[in-house]
Amino acid sequence: MVRIVVDVKLKPEILDPQGRAVLGALGRLGLDGVADVRQGKQFILTLEGEVDDAILAQVDKIAESLLSNPVIEDYTVRVDR
Amino acid sequence: MSFRVGVVTFPGSLDDRDAARAVTIAGGTAVSLWHADANLHSVDAIVLPGGFSYGDYLRCGAIARFAPVMEKIVDAANGGLPVLGICNGFQILCESHLLPGALTRNDHLHFICRDQKLKIENNKTAWTVDYELGQEIVVPLKNGEGGYVADGYTLDQLEGEGLVIARYLDANPNGSHRDIAGISNQAGNVVGLMPHPEHAVEALTGPTTDGLGFFTSVLTSLVKNGQVAV
Repeated sequence: MVRIVVDVKLKPEILDPQGRAVLGALGRLGLDGVADVRQGKQFILTLEGEVDDAILAQVDKIAESLLSNPVIEDYTVRVDR
Repeated sequence: MSFRVGVVTFPGSLDDRDAARAVTIAGGTAVSLWHADANLHSVDAIVLPGGFSYGDYLRCGAIARFAPVMEKIVDAANGGLPVLGICNGFQILCESHLLPGALTRNDHLHFICRDQKLKIENNKTAWTVDYELGQEIVVPLKNGEGGYVADGYTLDQLEGEGLVIARYLDANPNGSHRDIAGISNQAGNVVGLMPHPEHAVEALTGPTTDGLGFFTSVLTSLVKNGQVAV
């Protein structure tokens, strides 16, 4: 089984109120010195067969059209062997 | 004899009944459309109602965008069919790229539910012709992810072309850029609005009847465009 991992994160200029709330909690838990927290999403696609360029291209397209919204988010695709 | 206004129900839609009721009170014929049915049943206009389509999974509106009925709606909207997206419907219109920008989590993280004052800033669209320019209205607002965001270029373009159709007055409830509550496409047939005009069409249940104008406007504009009700 091969896993393809798609990470989606908000673009740097987009406000992340959830990350900000987590940052506030870190301070309350006594972890000081954290300048910023950004919250993202991870999708793990487990494939039955092997990965080739055609499949990666397809996943890239899906990452752009469904898994992320390019207006507010960036994504990366990697193969986890 | 009246115009047929379709109201789409997705799994998780909440306000489809109220939207259909608003259509009826405005004088139209409400037609129920189902998300899995790739057929618009000869409607003259469409409302995408509020709610939590597909549980808001992934991103609000992201999965609804790929529903069979949405493919037809995107084509029809590009062809000029009037489409109004309210709240979750607005999110679906942005995810479908029928409108620019995106709706994000409220900057204060709280779900907000209150009566909201708005200013109508464009009364030329298919959904706002019955309002006065600059008219102030009060309709319910209820959202958790209602913050309108877009890049500076897109915002300047929206403002420059007068495509901001309504703006929040008094207080910005969700961190929307430039207090934007609703926008239109360039043709004026596609409008997205975060607050809920369909909940303000009757004195018994709404804070006002200010919301009715959106639903009468589309009937007015269909007549102006020379369409005949069947």
